[in-house]
Amino acid sequence: MSFDWMKIPYSLLTLFIVVNYGFLLNALIQKIGARVGRRHGIPIWQNYVDMIKNYGLRSSITHGVMFYLGPVFRLSGGVGLLLFVPTIYGSYMFSNLSFAGDLILALYFVFFGTLGMALGAGESGHPHAAIGITRGLSQMTAAELPFGLAVFSVALQYQTLSVTEIVAAQQGGILNWTLFTNPLAVTAAMLGFLGSMMRPPFDVVLAPQEIPIGPPTEYHSSYLALMQTNRAIFPVAKIVIYMNLFFGGADDWLTFCFKVFLIYLWSAFVGVVFPRFRVEQSIRWFLVWAVPLGVLSIVVV
Amino acid sequence: MAMKPELMKRMVKGPDGLEFEVEPLRDYYCEAPPTVMPAAYIKIVEDLFNWARAESIWILGFGTGCGAIEMRPLMTPRFDAYRYGVQWRPTPRQANLFIISGYLSTKTLKRAIRAYEQMQNPKYVIGLGSCTINGGMYWDSYNTIKRLDDYLPVDLYIAGCMPRPEALLSGFMDLKKLIRAGKGEGANKYVENFDWYKANQKRVIHDWDMPDYNW
Repeated sequence: MSFDWMKIPYSLLTLFIVVNYGFLLNALIQKIGARVGRRHGIPIWQNYVDMIKNYGLRSSITHGVMFYLGPVFRLSGGVGLLLFVPTIYGSYMFSNLSFAGDLILALYFVFFGTLGMALGAGESGHPHAAIGITRGLSQMTAAELPFGLAVFSVALQYQTLSVTEIVAAQQGGILNWTLFTNPLAVTAAMLGFLGSMMRPPFDVVLAPQEIPIGPPTEYHSSYLALMQTNRAIFPVAKIVIYMNLFFGGADDWLTFCFKVFLIYLWSAFVGVVFPRFRVEQSIRWFLVWAVPLGVLSIVVV
Repeated sequence: MAMKPELMKRMVKGPDGLEFEVEPLRDYYCEAPPTVMPAAYIKIVEDLFNWARAESIWILGFGTGCGAIEMRPLMTPRFDAYRYGVQWRPTPRQANLFIISGYLSTKTLKRAIRAYEQMQNPKYVIGLGSCTINGGMYWDSYNTIKRLDDYLPVDLYIAGCMPRPEALLSGFMDLKKLIRAGKGEGANKYVENFDWYKANQKRVIHDWDMPDYNW
């Protein structure tokens, strides 16, 4: 087996670009949310400053080994998700470490960070963290169901488990996108997408006005900074999968930025329009509206 | 000092029939005394951190008196403090700035001390309104404290009864200048004069049912 060592620096370059794009994109989406509320909102570079400040705090306390590992797992979930799918289609530099069965691995990594977080937050011993993580895992599971079904549908449709091949099959015009060849699966997945972006109506897990503030209640200084870094990487990495599976992938970084922004904007758009669900409401919503669509998409394919 | 019964050392029988001893004050709290945290060795690094601390002020969402109502408009379109890097955090672990907003009853003082001690170094305290300076209109009240500075290290006072949200915003700007100049060392001051602060706190809090330091 031969390994192409040049892939490592290229992957790190992808990671660097995505981290910075993620920080700016998060702030931009927050600003858009603020503008809807007629505020100006945070400066676009605020997330960088917050991160430097958190790394620069002088004291930090720990609750045990898993408390350390929680943010690390979360970050590795985001980074792993990003590194095992091709970012830019047809580019040798930014195809990262993708391989034939990467779709299954990506599905696993989507959930990996939440599980690590559950262990870490559980060890902090704070009741709010325990309640938050229970809510988070139940809602995440319900939101993953339609996404998982849609992914199976797409895999059946193209008869492959490789993200690269799925993107390749969608080339040659906008009508070849899965969005138009398999609209049911895309609808189910985009409904599930709302549940994993931590924006209203599905942000009861992290909302400061609910149990303050859910899983990261006890996290501070460098732990929190690690999680903030992940907050920049993970949404983009997840959107990259959506883009590759359903929206024809991206040929260059400009298309990439544009498509990722638009897909992210979908969750922000829904978020500013609709109020927050309680957990049992959101689970019911996913099961009633999104899951049947996913099942139907598999049946139709 | 009257201790609540649930805080006493006692034997507990677990669901599997095993008996074990529980001493809440030792088991549930960390008793390690606070230490002075030095600044970064290299000046330019500390300057960078101070700049970041000044531009990213996270306030603990804890209102003690009538002044808490003056903080709410800062989140709304009219004043919008988020523009200046000021954000609210719901947990003391992640907050850097504690605003004592108005009068502080001795009962609330206990919670304020606990919340303050759970915040991470460096941390700042703003006294909002006259009540935190000299008692204000509660100067002869039997159950409010008169000078906040005796109990927590205050970085900045915003005088008035009540100060308007604009005054708070200008207070944030002054606090930024203090932090950037490296003068926001309240946490270390608290540690250096720990005995003095504790003696003052215990003088007014009569049911002291917690360890001397809550992390």
